[in-house]
Amino acid sequence: MAAPTDDTTADGTGPTSGSAPAPTPIKAVPVRHPGRWVAIAVLAVLAAMLVNTILTNDGFRWDVVGRYLFSGPVLNGLSNTLILTVLSMLIGIVGGIALAIMRLSPNPVLSYVAALYIWLFRGTPLIAQLLFWNFLAALYPRLSLGIPFGPEFVSFDTNQLINQFTACLLGLGLNEAAYMAEIVRGGLQSVDHGQSEAAGALGMSRGQALRRIVLPQAMRVIIPPTGNETISMLKTTSLVVVIGYFELMTSVQRIYSVNFQTIPLLIVAAIWYLALTSVLSIGQGFVERRYGRGVHRGPTGARLLPRRKTAGAT
Amino acid sequence: MTENGHDRPMVEAVGIHKSFGSTEVLRGVDLTVRPGEVACVIGPSGSGKSTFLRCINHLESIDAGTMTVDGELIGYRRRGDKLHELRESEVARQRRDIGMVFQRFNLFPHMTALENVMEAPCTVRRRSKKEAREAAVGLLDRVGLGNRRDNYPTQLSGGQQQRVAIARALAMEPRLMLFDEPTSALDPELVGEVLDVMRGLARDGMTMIVVTHEMGFAREVADSLVFMDEGRILEAGAPREVLANPQHERTQAFLSKVL
Repeated sequence: MAAPTDDTTADGTGPTSGSAPAPTPIKAVPVRHPGRWVAIAVLAVLAAMLVNTILTNDGFRWDVVGRYLFSGPVLNGLSNTLILTVLSMLIGIVGGIALAIMRLSPNPVLSYVAALYIWLFRGTPLIAQLLFWNFLAALYPRLSLGIPFGPEFVSFDTNQLINQFTACLLGLGLNEAAYMAEIVRGGLQSVDHGQSEAAGALGMSRGQALRRIVLPQAMRVIIPPTGNETISMLKTTSLVVVIGYFELMTSVQRIYSVNFQTIPLLIVAAIWYLALTSVLSIGQGFVERRYGRGVHRGPTGARLLPRRKTAGAT
Repeated sequence: MTENGHDRPMVEAVGIHKSFGSTEVLRGVDLTVRPGEVACVIGPSGSGKSTFLRCINHLESIDAGTMTVDGELIGYRRRGDKLHELRESEVARQRRDIGMVFQRFNLFPHMTALENVMEAPCTVRRRSKKEAREAAVGLLDRVGLGNRRDNYPTQLSGGQQQRVAIARALAMEPRLMLFDEPTSALDPELVGEVLDVMRGLARDGMTMIVVTHEMGFAREVADSLVFMDEGRILEAGAPREVLANPQHERTQAFLSKVL
């Protein structure tokens, strides 16, 4: 059962190098692209103008930018932005996976409950949700654990249980879960039905098939929009200002409302947001390659070291 | 032919009915396959042969009749005179012993050939990685792909993929193998390598039910040949008999087109 191997062609040397005379390479005048040169010239002028104005316009106040870039309040805001983004995305992803599985469940009650949740949380403004969680105490002054309609075991003051920070996490995380649910559902549905069937025929339970076979393949579809959501969340966290919490954007606004250096401080914020976005994009690249295994054709060696070689090939 | 002590059939289907919506796909199928026997099922497309095969491991539930594999009722439990549906985990346990090979391979694309073969023994049978690996290496050697174990499915030809799929099913050490048109999605020159592997399996005494269009394979390897049309078995018997001397007119019409 000798199989024809792809290996021989992988190194570039074809089977032709034996007896046949070497073919004459084509010599032709390449197509000219004058349009490209025009485009390059126009863009070069525009770029020169941009650099010029950045360097010569004193309104940018690069000295102010430099002074505030690593200042205490800005770094405090930055760390809050990071913590809020990471934790609410974590809630969003875990909640989203759970909701997506519920939504696709053969149990109609679970499916409808998930649909209702998604409808509610996608259909109302995030600001309203943040304010709702923050003012939950107005609706329920005390929260308690106990038997429904029966005795209570413990009871908490709502305002102590849900401070501004937890209200932020609830608002951002629960809202994100609704969006992530749809992303995960799309990913799960993109995997060929034959995959879960093959897993089932091997005696895997639905849970095992989901965890080992379907979800890893769905990840390829889930990751890019999740990267979008994370980068979007980075900036959406600035909404927490409505309930009096602060992050990067709030810190910057507080500073320029006092010293009126609006533009330089907005640049400070922009630099940090761009830095975080860059880090996230790189991280996303690594995760995508991890879950892209087996998708692209290519020589075995490159496939086994996906991190190094296939980067350019994808 | 190997016997399992008493002369119990490996598969016993009695009066199997199955409908999808208002379409009746199976209208009373009876089939008995003895241990070590190779049964080939042929028939025009839409005759219900694939559906019947999928009823044997409960990928499709049946509407009427009884399906028994190695003496065990598939999909249900009889308590008194009542049938109880089996729970998902119990169905999964029954499927462990029934290997299945699909027309479109359905290999797991995010795993290498070796990982594909190791997967079910590890997650379902809880074998150790080392043990499963040794077995998988042996199985890939057996289907002639020992040098392909680190390739992903996209790097393999259709015939190679189907052979990995056979190894993957064998890794669960099934008592019965179901083949659902295993060569129909293959280029003509790749059909032979898959049939070779199946021929080897038959020689080793595996009980097999093969839905196929390969009449040559059926004639040469099968112990019995079954012709299905419109959800019924119209003719069954020794392959040479059925192929050379079909009794039913629809069998004759079908064979005149494919032979």
